[in-house]
Amino acid sequence: MEALHDDNVLDVRNLKMYFPITKGLLRRKVGDIKAVDDVSFMIKKHETLGLVGESGCGKTTTGRCILRLYRPTSGDIVFHGRDISKLSDHDLRPIRRHMSAIFQDPYGSLNPRQSAGTIAGLPLKIHHMVEKRDFNDKIAALFKMVGLNPSMMDRVPHEFSGGQRQRLGIARAIACQPSLIICDEPISALDVSIQAQIINLLEELQETIGLTYLFIAHDLSVVQHISNRVAVMYLGRIVEVASSQELYAAPLHPYTRALLSAIPIANPVLEKKRRRIVLKGEVPSPAHPPTGCHFHSRCELATADCREQRPPLRDVGRGHEVACFKV
Amino acid sequence: MTVLLNVENLKTHFYTYRGLVKAVDGFSCHLNEGEIIGLVGESGCGKSVSMLSIMQLISSPPGQIVGGSVIFEGQDLLKYKAKGEEMSSIRGGKIAMIFQEPMTSLNPVLSIRRQITEGLELHLNMNPQSAKDRAISLLNMVGISDAETRINDYPHQFSGGMRQRVMIAIALSCNPKILIADEPTTAVDVTTQAQLLELMQEMVVHFNTSLIIVTHNLGVVARYAERIYVMYSGRIIESGLSEDIFAHPRHPYTIGLLNCVPQLGETRANRKLVPIAGLPPNLINMPPYCAFFPRCPHRIDKCRREPWPELRPVGDQHYISCFVDVQEK
Repeated sequence: MEALHDDNVLDVRNLKMYFPITKGLLRRKVGDIKAVDDVSFMIKKHETLGLVGESGCGKTTTGRCILRLYRPTSGDIVFHGRDISKLSDHDLRPIRRHMSAIFQDPYGSLNPRQSAGTIAGLPLKIHHMVEKRDFNDKIAALFKMVGLNPSMMDRVPHEFSGGQRQRLGIARAIACQPSLIICDEPISALDVSIQAQIINLLEELQETIGLTYLFIAHDLSVVQHISNRVAVMYLGRIVEVASSQELYAAPLHPYTRALLSAIPIANPVLEKKRRRIVLKGEVPSPAHPPTGCHFHSRCELATADCREQRPPLRDVGRGHEVACFKV
Repeated sequence: MTVLLNVENLKTHFYTYRGLVKAVDGFSCHLNEGEIIGLVGESGCGKSVSMLSIMQLISSPPGQIVGGSVIFEGQDLLKYKAKGEEMSSIRGGKIAMIFQEPMTSLNPVLSIRRQITEGLELHLNMNPQSAKDRAISLLNMVGISDAETRINDYPHQFSGGMRQRVMIAIALSCNPKILIADEPTTAVDVTTQAQLLELMQEMVVHFNTSLIIVTHNLGVVARYAERIYVMYSGRIIESGLSEDIFAHPRHPYTIGLLNCVPQLGETRANRKLVPIAGLPPNLINMPPYCAFFPRCPHRIDKCRREPWPELRPVGDQHYISCFVDVQEK
């Protein structure tokens, strides 16, 4: 692509994705689910940006908008210097090979009737990136890269274990040498002892072939391990962005603090000393989010301002951004 | 401290078309009064089956409890018939259980009121009115607001976290001696998980109940459990006080497990994850020797020649089932 030397692989500006709520026979629109509500962030080349939040906060929708599986309601998605948010399907085709996805469920995201080699090689065929006679060699090389034995090429997905299936999903994702991979909860369906293998593989691949990741997950300890920077989402908005070290050492947003304190650490001695912040209530519905700051209904620090105005994401130094009036 | 529950050498096998599955094969643990213990292991290691066996909730066929004893209040529960009167009065009455998936473990066509009062009327012989009053106070206690009206709601009208609160209320309704929580928080978000676990901890103190937390999350047991049992392929492979196990794990599997889970505050710059090689074993037709042998970095020849070693003490209340004693430096 024309601007591959650009430093920012992805620049998302004011992204909004609203899903209509319809009612009655005529499917009259009665409201919006604001799944993603004005989200902006950048991802630099060879960087991993983690996106964390609880279920329903819009992290997967954000990923899908970037992949242009959805047409966003508004906002720009600048990928290698080009806004792809409004492109037609036809114009998107040549761009699609530069970004790919790894999905959560290695059982549902692989076609059970295709052989492993066909699955991994399909993107290559679609984008005409391989000659027929080189196909097997190319797939074998891909398999080796992700730690699968090339002799397993002719097997079908059910013959693979969960970890191997996820490796196959990764092989498919890197087949076209993309620059950006959206990893949507890639390890949460795996056994604990297998998760580390996949995390390590993703980290190795990033170093060897220079990938950029958007790593979406709900498990903050995993996200922190793999990411350079972490963005925390709550009810469709980003509430805090910081380097993963800093987010752990000095979280600023009240929601981030509660989220961090909710995660138990596997160390009983440390656990005894930790202060626990237990949030009251539950996440409000994105169809009727609270006014002002979305978090004010559960926030200890909330004042009248928080109820009325939306706090903007502002920089507090060293690239640490937070959307809160009170810090 | 008095021992409330003592499980010795419990064995539950499943007879399947593809072979014999020794889901639980020599499971021993004990629970003291007022104690919180944790049972940790990966999926498929037999955590749930061992707990279901204690409650005699194994469907037979294909499953069968083939050996061992479960001593509770001086009686061996396994001597009772699964569908007999004695077991029915213990199940839900003296030993209660919270299941993983609150959507499938609550009956969708019965109101919450019916599901809480059922146990109260059955085990405590309450009349419907006093059972309802107690149900309302229980719902208040587990943090469901507006309990008087919500008691007539059905499970689908509650969110996942709320459903699990209802499950906790049902489990505690008859003042059980023991509460078994089988992966109580895997289906919910982490802030809800924190709410539920804090609630459970409060409740067991309030009701003077002992708690067994079954989970694959090492953090959860570190936070709440006093003692820990680590399970692998149907057996306890290490047990001990929570501080000891996390500070000085001695079984190669426990060490591997602790090394392969990312911890909060660690980035890849300051710690590389060390995965456990290989895959969790297939439980069909297992070899007679240690099931961790193929994945073990410390294995010796003896491990394959001899049957799985018994638990042996390596410290105060610290036991491992391994020939090799890996002293963590």
